[in-house]
Amino acid sequence: MSTVTVQLFASYAETFGNSRLEVPLEDGGTVADLIKSIRSLPAGSKLPDFPRVAVNRKLAGSDHLVASCDEIALIPPVAGG
Amino acid sequence: MKSARIVERPIDVLQLIAAVEEHRYGAISVFLGTVRDTNDGRDVSGIEYTAYIAMAETEMVSILDEAETRFGVTAIAVEHRIGSLEPGQLSVAIAAADAHREPAMDCTRYVIEEIKRRVPIWKLERYKDGSHEWVDPTRTYPAAV
Repeated sequence: MSTVTVQLFASYAETFGNSRLEVPLEDGGTVADLIKSIRSLPAGSKLPDFPRVAVNRKLAGSDHLVASCDEIALIPPVAGG
Repeated sequence: MKSARIVERPIDVLQLIAAVEEHRYGAISVFLGTVRDTNDGRDVSGIEYTAYIAMAETEMVSILDEAETRFGVTAIAVEHRIGSLEPGQLSVAIAAADAHREPAMDCTRYVIEEIKRRVPIWKLERYKDGSHEWVDPTRTYPAAV
C-alpha cells in the first residue's frame, strides 16, 4: 500500500475544502482504484461517478496504472474561454 | 512561431499580433474572448478564472500543433488570462498569421473551440445578487415550463 498525492481544482477543491488529497492506493493500482479510494473519503460521494483524472498532465483512462511518483489531478468539467 | 501561455496580467493584443506578424503573411486573424455581464439571465459582476497551469499550457501547445497540421498555419500565439476579471475585460486572445485569410481564420476558430472543450481552466462566476457558481458546460438544465 502506498499514498499518492492528488491535486484538486475549482469545484472539486471546494468539495473537499482542500487543493490536495493524500490518497491510499494499493501498489499496482489503477485510475479506477484511485477514484474508488477518493470516493470513500468524507465528501467523496459528492464527486461524479467517473471524474476525469490527469496523470502526468494527460487525461488517463480508468485502467491506467498509477504510481506514487506520478503527478495526479482530478479535472472538473472545464470552462475556459 | 507558436506560443501558448496562461497569464495573470492583462493581455496585450498588439504584442500578441506583433509576435506572429511577418511580411510574408497577408492575413492575421484575431479572436478575443471577453467577460459577459449576463449569463443564463443572471447579472454577472465578474469571473474568477483558475487553471491547472502546467497541464493547460501543455494542452494548448498540443492544440496549436494540431492546428498547424490541419491548416498549415505556423504562426499562432494564444494567451489565456486567469485571476479576477470584470465584464468587458479580455480573458483569452488568439492571433494566427498566414499568407491567406482562410487558414488563419479556420485556425483561430479551431483553437478557441478546442480550448473551451479540453483545456483545464475553470470559471467561478460571481453575480450581482452576491451569489456565485462554478460554470459547468456539461450540466443539463431542466426544461423550462
